[in-house]
Amino acid sequence: MSEPTAPGRGGDELLARLLGPGTPELTCEECFEVLDAYVELAIAAEPADERVPGMRAHLEGCPACTEEYHSLRALLAPEEGGGPR
Amino acid sequence: MPMPSEISAQLPDEESALWLMRLGAAGAERQAALAELHGLLLRASRFELGRRRATLPHLRPGDLDDLAQQSADDALVAILAKLGDFRGESRFTTWAYKFALLEASVKVRRRAWQGREIPLEREAWATLAGAARTERGAEDGELFAAIREEIESSLGPRQREVLVAVALNDVPIDVLAERLQTNRGALYKNLHDARRKLRAALAARGFDLELDRKEER
Repeated sequence: MSEPTAPGRGGDELLARLLGPGTPELTCEECFEVLDAYVELAIAAEPADERVPGMRAHLEGCPACTEEYHSLRALLAPEEGGGPR
Repeated sequence: MPMPSEISAQLPDEESALWLMRLGAAGAERQAALAELHGLLLRASRFELGRRRATLPHLRPGDLDDLAQQSADDALVAILAKLGDFRGESRFTTWAYKFALLEASVKVRRRAWQGREIPLEREAWATLAGAARTERGAEDGELFAAIREEIESSLGPRQREVLVAVALNDVPIDVLAERLQTNRGALYKNLHDARRKLRAALAARGFDLELDRKEER
């Protein structure tokens, strides 16, 4: 009998979760502090990642903060589906 | 040290300034503003619970609404405690919504894991072994084997516990924080340190991790 893998999870996603972004990133507290401004910038197609260095890396590394980012974006801009630009 | 951000305090827009004025008023005006804000927070909480409904199949509609009410109540308390932190970097309602979404998402994750044990380490090793077999053959097999060895030998006990639970066993960080009686930020610091050590250990063994990641994208 084969050993199970997590459903829908390939080796690349697993490596990303294990190794993280590997670049400087915000903490969860810092992420929450700037989340509202970052999402408004992203929706307005402003250079959110330039304005908030380390945010993108944190979102790549922290599944919980990423979910909240997508939720806030989807709540404010339901027409775009909440995806990252 | 915090990373420099170009997001800076500014004068709130007109609507946000009105919110602050009404919330800072006395009597009926403040009560009306609180009720209106609670309504917005309830809407955001219900929105979040709707998005996560599939992770809570056993909940009845009444239970979901209770969770939404609790989330909105807790968010309102948090907002009033932090009102002085609002610097006008976004609209006031956007700033307020994030508190409701946080409360609701944390409650959903914890409720979804209520009564479930944190998976054992051997389940994580099975995940790693499975990934090694299904990827690009011998090269990935070596990498995933090395990852397991370094997790076991290079990481401190808490770093190992957090990395295995969050990265391999899909335990939400808020659930783990509750079980370990700590908070998300402290656990993410453990996770970050574990990842840094693991990267360094794998690099010292000759694995080109950036190349591996690029090739797999």
